[in-house]
Amino acid sequence: MKKINPKKTDFIRKVKEISGQNIGLCYQCGTCSGACPNFAESDILPRQLMRRAQLGMEQDVLQSKLPWVCASCLSCTALCPRGIDIAKVMEAVRLLSLRENIDYVNPRELSEETIAKLPQIALISSFRKHTA
Amino acid sequence: MEATETKMIPIYIMGKRYEVPEGLTIMKAMEYAGYQYIRGCGCRGGICGACGTIYRKPGDYKIYSALACQTAAEPDMYLTQLPFFPANHVPSNYAELEGVPEDIYKLYPELFRCVACNACSKICPMDVPVMDVIAYIKRGDIEKAAFEAFDCIQCGLCTSRCFAEAPQFHIMQLARRIYGGKLAPKAKHNAEAAQAVREGKFDAMLNQLMSMSTEEIKKEYIEREIEPETAGDDWKPKDAKWLIEEFLR
Amino acid sequence: MKLSYLPGCTLKTKAQDLDLSTVAAMEALDVELEELPRWNCCGTVFSFADDDLMHQIAPVRNLIRAQEQGGDKLVTVCSFCFNTLKRASLLVKENSDKLDTLNTFMDEEEDYTGNINVVHLLEVLRDEVGWDQIEGKVQNPLKDLKVAAYYGCTLHRPKEAAIEPPNKLEALNDLITALGATPVDFPDMTTCCGSYQAVANPEIVINRTREILSSAKESGAEMIAVSCPLCECNLRENQKELGELRMPIIYFTQLLALALGVDPHLHQCEKNPADARSFLESKGLLAACTAAE
Repeated sequence: MKKINPKKTDFIRKVKEISGQNIGLCYQCGTCSGACPNFAESDILPRQLMRRAQLGMEQDVLQSKLPWVCASCLSCTALCPRGIDIAKVMEAVRLLSLRENIDYVNPRELSEETIAKLPQIALISSFRKHTA
Repeated sequence: MEATETKMIPIYIMGKRYEVPEGLTIMKAMEYAGYQYIRGCGCRGGICGACGTIYRKPGDYKIYSALACQTAAEPDMYLTQLPFFPANHVPSNYAELEGVPEDIYKLYPELFRCVACNACSKICPMDVPVMDVIAYIKRGDIEKAAFEAFDCIQCGLCTSRCFAEAPQFHIMQLARRIYGGKLAPKAKHNAEAAQAVREGKFDAMLNQLMSMSTEEIKKEYIEREIEPETAGDDWKPKDAKWLIEEFLR
Repeated sequence: MKLSYLPGCTLKTKAQDLDLSTVAAMEALDVELEELPRWNCCGTVFSFADDDLMHQIAPVRNLIRAQEQGGDKLVTVCSFCFNTLKRASLLVKENSDKLDTLNTFMDEEEDYTGNINVVHLLEVLRDEVGWDQIEGKVQNPLKDLKVAAYYGCTLHRPKEAAIEPPNKLEALNDLITALGATPVDFPDMTTCCGSYQAVANPEIVINRTREILSSAKESGAEMIAVSCPLCECNLRENQKELGELRMPIIYFTQLLALALGVDPHLHQCEKNPADARSFLESKGLLAACTAAE
């Protein structure tokens, strides 16, 4: 009999714990992919990320662009027929990197022009979602 | 003469127990215990910000802060000094700053990582409401920030506690400098005085001083008329010819 | 009527027009918005992580400030503030353990009791003032003005923190109608503008802006009414490169103030090449409003 890979189950457990969502509920209908406004800027679709997360494919999930191009718009969450708050799953995936102190955005590397142009809410929300 | 016995109290400096005489400041207690200051001590008057100290009391989860030169050592205090905390300090060209909030945002974008945990205000030995100051800066109110942060002595304890890893004391100093130089209304009398200097109204006085010998200057200094401590606003020296009003007249 | 009000950081700088027009318009409707004497940034985005209370401190601290002021309601107009404060208020209301933890952590504050109801200005206009009342007070009807009501994300998602049920996008259209203008049938009312991706992935915001503006144009809109300063910035900044798609972006409170005959505070409009002030002027809508200097 094949042994269960403990690392896989640990990844699934962490995603479930941080997101509070049962990712096992996803039945791959793809509604989230259709709802996501930023799918074109990603490498994989929300549905594909959900499947990889269900399978415990940690590296695929963590290295995907999707959670980082997600704008937390909640379109996926609003439409999921299985009631999964997919935006929370995206947040959990982001946090698995951020909690290792790996930033997606470095505030100090932003151009002065960007900082001067954007309203405070843009910078604050970006730092909240993209820095450790 | 009968020697009064000094009561000794135990304190813990960086985890090691010492018996020190009661009533000493933390700084003097540390010196009594044998520490020699190279850093962590400056003015000994509570204003230079060099001797930031953190401590705990037995059975109490809270972190307390003090200036070692100002606070009396208490029995069973567990303390360490934090004379320096590495903080991101960004040099800026003051002349190029425009007196707008974006000046600060560009230099210290990390301030936007503040989560309003208030750990900075709680640790501040000068009771500066640091969290509120950062909140004022976030909403662009440099004037309010400058006034609220007036008492900051740059000890850096706020930064040591910051969840957002922001250097609040540098940010507050920048806010005060921007306010002071670029936003505060300019004092009219200052401009008048500067104009009087430019017009050479002080030249005669300065030339006279420069022609005097060291001995003569010392004598002038020693014999100068000193303003009494109880003097009111209308006090004037007997010899009023050096007063700025006289030059401006 | 007097209500506690939290404007938010951006409304004190880059979106000052939103704050000023809100206060002016509400005064004309006999609603006094009393700004909290002490407030901090709400955090702008709600933290979705189940195990993260650190990022709930800022919104809950503001709820304590509202509680200190004595009311049971906190009015917001910035969509980000609304969403973050609303969701935090619901989180601690439904999870007493989380509320306890936060109260214990903020030991320098009075305990939050969980009783502040966070509302968006559109809810105040709908529920406290009423569309009929507003219509009755219109001095300067916004005739022949075709407006796309753009909610963005945070007024409508998630449903538990929305200002109306998911399939009922009415409040902003109802307001536009009450002011004498015409709301167009706009399919992208709640399409995301790209939000904070303006920082890390600006191309996302350019693409979303193009889609939203094209859709608004096709709907026959002459301008887009928003509530969120980040939507406003994203739609404005990114249309500079979009030639024929350019369109004035206006805060719904500016339209409200203008229709009520008080100063609509169109001070920052010129940042947009498609300047709302010039456009309203060309439509003859500013002439009747003496307060619009």
